[in-house]
Amino acid sequence: MWKYATPLVITSSLVLAGCGQKPPEELPPAPVGTAPEAPPPAPAGPGYAPGSQGDFLANTMSDRILFDTDRFNVDSQDQVILQSQAQWLAQHPNARITIEGHADERGTRDYNLALGERRANAAKNYLASLGVSPSRMTTVSYGKERPEALGSNEAAWAQNRRAVSVVVR
Amino acid sequence: MTKRKRFPAARQTILGLIALAAGLSVPVQAQLTVDVTAEGDNELIIAVPALPTPQNTETPAGGTADLGGKISDVIVSDLRSSGLFEPKGRNQVRGISFNEVTAPQFSYWGSTSAAALIQGFVRTNPDGKLTVGCYLYDVALETELTRQGFVVSPRDWRRAAHKCADAIYSRLSGESPFFDSRIAYIAETGPKDNRRKRLAIMDSDGANHRFITNGRATALTPRFSPDYKSIVYLSFLDGNPRIYIYDIGTGRQRLITESSNPTFAPRWSPDGKWILYSMAIAGNTDIYKVSSQGGQPQRLTFSPGIDIGGSFSPDGSRIVFESDRSGSQQLYVMSSNGGNERRISFGGGRYATPEWSPRGDLIAFTKIAGNFRIGVMTPGGGGERLLTNSWQDEAPTWAPNGRVIQYFRTTRGNGRTGIWQVDLTGRNERQLPTPVNGSDPSWGPLLP
Repeated sequence: MWKYATPLVITSSLVLAGCGQKPPEELPPAPVGTAPEAPPPAPAGPGYAPGSQGDFLANTMSDRILFDTDRFNVDSQDQVILQSQAQWLAQHPNARITIEGHADERGTRDYNLALGERRANAAKNYLASLGVSPSRMTTVSYGKERPEALGSNEAAWAQNRRAVSVVVR
Repeated sequence: MTKRKRFPAARQTILGLIALAAGLSVPVQAQLTVDVTAEGDNELIIAVPALPTPQNTETPAGGTADLGGKISDVIVSDLRSSGLFEPKGRNQVRGISFNEVTAPQFSYWGSTSAAALIQGFVRTNPDGKLTVGCYLYDVALETELTRQGFVVSPRDWRRAAHKCADAIYSRLSGESPFFDSRIAYIAETGPKDNRRKRLAIMDSDGANHRFITNGRATALTPRFSPDYKSIVYLSFLDGNPRIYIYDIGTGRQRLITESSNPTFAPRWSPDGKWILYSMAIAGNTDIYKVSSQGGQPQRLTFSPGIDIGGSFSPDGSRIVFESDRSGSQQLYVMSSNGGNERRISFGGGRYATPEWSPRGDLIAFTKIAGNFRIGVMTPGGGGERLLTNSWQDEAPTWAPNGRVIQYFRTTRGNGRTGIWQVDLTGRNERQLPTPVNGSDPSWGPLLP
């Protein structure tokens, strides 16, 4: 799981993307559109349009939450991340998201599809509890079909057990 | 040619004992048999010369003389793959004339290592079809054990070879045939983070391979319909995981249910009338069944856990499925209309992807306890046996005769996949040749 160095207070302009993450043992390829360093605060600076995935990445703590093996509960760290996503969504009322649920490779194919669906819905339900309208959120499970970290080790699997919010234009 | 084995001495009494036990007054005679559960490597040596033709005739699949050689090759390959026989093909034994087919030269074959002899012929009929004759002889006893004839289109010559191999296998082992059958699977190419997964089909020996989908949408978990006319499978065609029925004849497909919810893990009922599947609603996955002709789905499970991967018993009365309602994936049996749910797996670790044997006597599964291994247990949960031990073996599927199990193996690290099979005894484990990486095999029934 990712570790955060300091207690977090969320404000609407807080920018923490990527800060304080424990580096994975094997670096996954850079996801498309991910900002490796903290970019300038919103509103839109160079490189992304308001309400875009770039905006979302720059102005939320993370686009994703991670899960323990076989689990789908949203823990306190996940809640902080999802709170930042909910605030961004509140500022961009026309934005919609798809939440992608994923599993690591150490599960059977069918079960992992169902598990990814559970994880995506866990994120969706928590965002809804923060006031995000369910009509603005869809879910999709990719099971173990789209790993991001490519190793076959605990660190890679931890990165792959994820629910990722993607802004739909 | 260095290995010269005679069939074990037991053959000289087997039929005699059976006849005596049954109180029959048939002549006590030695007879060739093989035991599919026997230990050791006493494979029966079988000579398989090329099948002669009375007159070489050109067909759309080549000349009949050439086909006779190729049919012999396929019979050799099938019998060898069973692990029970040591077939010697046309490059290891002498050729035969057409006239010899029904009059084997026992004095010659008796001087070789062969205990059994397969002879046959290929002939074209006036309508352009092929007749393939197939004869099995006991060399020591100088008797015919079985004969069969098959009429096929020239392009189906491999099926005649498989049917001949099936007849030999059945006659000598006492088991049901399985070579003349087909496999649907997922052909995989590309790197681990951008894997292209296409629906593909092939014969049980990997021949007649054909890609069905182009790979633009990820395809997973196919299952042949019992009549081989369609394939039910999962596709991300519209961006979401959904189950489609693909019609092989027309190339068209349709969703099995119009619901916007994701659907997974499709399986046919043995009579082809129903499709079992799982559907997630708000993150909770349960098992449903729907008529393969369409219509209103019927929900079968109601637990808050993930219920998935159902498989019908061969008589259609029960369903085995996996559920994590206890906290981890375990196997349960219920009636085919839902209800009477009973857990059957208690061996420690997780159990997944149950598949009921076409013989009804066993359930194959993936056991997850460290490694992912293929195993079997009875429908009551007894007699658990693990058949493989690799880093990740997954998703068993049964040969039509319930004696061989196919599955796919994933390599740690690079994620490469291959289709493997193993006998119910745990022996004769081998990889099936596929043009690219393969996963999610689904073995169809014996062809009609």
